[in-house]
Amino acid sequence: MVRPASVLVPRPAGLYCPPADLYIDPITPVDRAVITHGHADHARPGHGAVAATPQTLAIMAERYGADFAGSVQPLAYGETFTRDGVEITLHPAGHVLGSAQAAIRYRGLTLVVSGDYKRRRDPTCAPFEPVPCHVFVTEATFGLPVFRHPPAEVEIARLLAARAEAPGRAVLVGAYALGKAQRLIALLRQAGHEAPIAVHGALERLNALYARFGVELGPLEPVSGLSREALAGVISLAPPGALTTPWRRRFPDPLTAVASGWMGVRARARQRGVELPLIVSDHADWDELTATLAELRPEEVWITHGREEALLRWCELHGQKARALAMVGYDEEGE
Amino acid sequence: MSLSAFAALLDRLAFTPSRRGKLALLQAHFAATPDPDRGYALAALTGALDFPHVKAQAIRRAAEARVDPALFAWSYDFVGDLAETAALIWPAPNAAPNPAPGAVTGAATPALSEVVEALAGSGRGEAQARVEAWLDRLDATGRWALLKLITGGLRVGVSAALARQALAQLGGIEATAVEEIWAGLRPPYLDLFAWLEGRGAPPRAEAPGRFRPVMLAQPLDETRDLASLRPEDYAAEWKWDGIRVQVVSEGGRREIYSRTGDAISGAFPDLLDALAFEGVIDGELLVLREGRAGTFAELQTRLNRKVPSRALMADRPAGLRAYDILADETGDLRGLAFAERRVRLERLLTGRTCARLDLSPLVPFTSWRDLAALRGAPPEGEAAKAEGLMLKRWDAPYLAGRPRGPWFKWKRDPFLIDAVLLYAQRGHGKRSSYYSDFTFGVWTQSPGGGRVLAPVGKAYFGFTDAELKALDAFVREHTEARFGPLRQVRATPDFGLVLEVAFEGLQRSSRHKAGLAMRFPRIHRIRWDKPAGEADDLASLHALLARIERGPSAGVPAP
Ligand SMILES: [Zn+2]
Ligand SMILES: [Zn+2]
Repeated sequence: MVRPASVLVPRPAGLYCPPADLYIDPITPVDRAVITHGHADHARPGHGAVAATPQTLAIMAERYGADFAGSVQPLAYGETFTRDGVEITLHPAGHVLGSAQAAIRYRGLTLVVSGDYKRRRDPTCAPFEPVPCHVFVTEATFGLPVFRHPPAEVEIARLLAARAEAPGRAVLVGAYALGKAQRLIALLRQAGHEAPIAVHGALERLNALYARFGVELGPLEPVSGLSREALAGVISLAPPGALTTPWRRRFPDPLTAVASGWMGVRARARQRGVELPLIVSDHADWDELTATLAELRPEEVWITHGREEALLRWCELHGQKARALAMVGYDEEGE
Repeated sequence: MSLSAFAALLDRLAFTPSRRGKLALLQAHFAATPDPDRGYALAALTGALDFPHVKAQAIRRAAEARVDPALFAWSYDFVGDLAETAALIWPAPNAAPNPAPGAVTGAATPALSEVVEALAGSGRGEAQARVEAWLDRLDATGRWALLKLITGGLRVGVSAALARQALAQLGGIEATAVEEIWAGLRPPYLDLFAWLEGRGAPPRAEAPGRFRPVMLAQPLDETRDLASLRPEDYAAEWKWDGIRVQVVSEGGRREIYSRTGDAISGAFPDLLDALAFEGVIDGELLVLREGRAGTFAELQTRLNRKVPSRALMADRPAGLRAYDILADETGDLRGLAFAERRVRLERLLTGRTCARLDLSPLVPFTSWRDLAALRGAPPEGEAAKAEGLMLKRWDAPYLAGRPRGPWFKWKRDPFLIDAVLLYAQRGHGKRSSYYSDFTFGVWTQSPGGGRVLAPVGKAYFGFTDAELKALDAFVREHTEARFGPLRQVRATPDFGLVLEVAFEGLQRSSRHKAGLAMRFPRIHRIRWDKPAGEADDLASLHALLARIERGPSAGVPAP
């Protein structure tokens, strides 16, 4: 049997598959790429041929324009394409709309590149699908046992309670524009919040895209269309970076919330001047990471980036063979 | 009410920056939480609880045993707080990735009162076992709150004074009424809450050695107040540049309290030794050498030490300059007029003044004009070191709080300089989208001979909302460089923004590059009109510092 290390090789541009001559999530332009999902550090413009889910391709076109790649190949979940004897199938990763794990099968060997993933329920995307494999390639953004995200529903309840307590204040929530924002809106709807939600201009196009793919987001209004008075008591969503710009001044006495896995650490939340930290993440937390490895029991675990030393230690303690790839260029600080 | 409610309160308090927001959270908690849990919450917030049998290191070892010492160490490195690390890392009993919402706050969560009462009655080993059992039943916020509670130091930005303000709001009364009885109260404060809710009589406040709420002065508005006040109704005193304290010596108990009621006795044993009288005196804590007051900077070194060394006490001896009396061996004097209290104070101090304790003299005057002249040019000596004058109505009783009319403070005019804006940083809370913290500098000679700006201070108030907008726009338009949250603003002799800065004093400082530090700097005026090259220079600031050190009679205030 062929060795896994000859089927997938970490290179500066990304994970490279020599027999098929393609990269997974390359960070610089390459001839052929498989893209796991639409976040900017995984999906970059300028590649020759790109294979990805139809949702991911749509997200890339929305962000970078229709000519973001030389050619595109939409691959639905479960669909396989073959190149030089390498079979590639995409499976749901549960991270954001269209996010996929890439299963690479070659001469009896299966390697799964999971991209970013989570195991929680998420009303805006298909749930993670465990794929039996010889090698499981995982990230470790929240790879420390202190990262234990509470149920997102509990965090949404805290947000709604804070809003009810302060009726005169605008509720301003910082959330990553792709995935996190739409998930928060969907969770708010599930919690019974039916009022219009105001959104920053940077979110509008992705919200519309989600709606086109059938994700129900309810009534949304652009913040720019609302007066200062009208924003009181309204939940407004914006990219986290907008919270400290002059844009913020249009809100009456804003209560600032940020939804991120990093909010679980108080010093991190305080550093950013957040009044209501919401621990909502689209990445697997420690329990999800370790439960996934325990469930799959692959022959080898490869860790792309994040806090690999702690996850390696866990693997050592649990008799799981593992190695760190120490890949750079994947930045989950904005998660 | 479970510990979860207390945990949620701590969590919100920790992230709520504004005083108003904190008060609302506290008041809502006290209103919604039953006895005795709310009383224990109050005790925890005001530092009235102590759990000597639970040690942070034992908690750490218990967490390491459940996870792994290496994983714990990496986590602690990242989180930076032991209690928080242990709380986050502690394995949840049913760590399923998708627990049903609400499952985390099950009926098994202990009540705060259960925790406090059980720990009070436990020995060391038993207490540790109890804590571990609770940790197994709580969610992460609950675990954090429990560990913060028992290892001390909640650090959620709530002082005892703020908690008392929230209690006063709950009862619809003045905070001073709560302060008055505070010293006699004990957790879980059932009598206090009964009184606040109109279900009981005020708790008695007879505890000897207790703090009495202080009387504060209003700033004097010269044009409005002096026209309506009669000089013969008021006594005048110098306003000393120390800190306001209340010293108590009653029934064998001696205490020194800050004006908010925090006991600071431990830091001033030299003064404590000198309180050989029976009574309660209001006065100024100063460094006192042979009847002469030291600088505020000297006092600061004493305030920074919880327990002073012998050498520090010898070098910077603390003393009290007395100006009012609230009680003597005959009882409470606060109902008496100031004139009568002054007689009692002088009587009490007769034969008792010493190097550590003296009397703040009255300043005789007949007209406001006389007094204004004295304020502008105080006589040489001690008066020259005062911050200004205090006016006290002869016939006014000692009233807690800040009543309008009986007491005024009439500060001397601030010093003013023209400085150039150098750096700006974003503010906090409401101001987080504005560049509102400003560093400014004055001209000096660079080693190469050119004119450069030396930073001399920082100011973040003194301007109106409209001025803040204009300053913010100036910073954004003229940013030269960014260093994280800090922006460097263009400032050359030909281009820059001149700020007229007001400040209360100058101190020599080896920590600052310019060799001096300003007290209470604020932006007095924005000089859009003034060329940056015409701002003040460092040499003139040092000359001013030298004049201040000699006393203002050697020079006039504003340069
Ligand atoms: Zn991602
Ligand atoms: Zn990523």
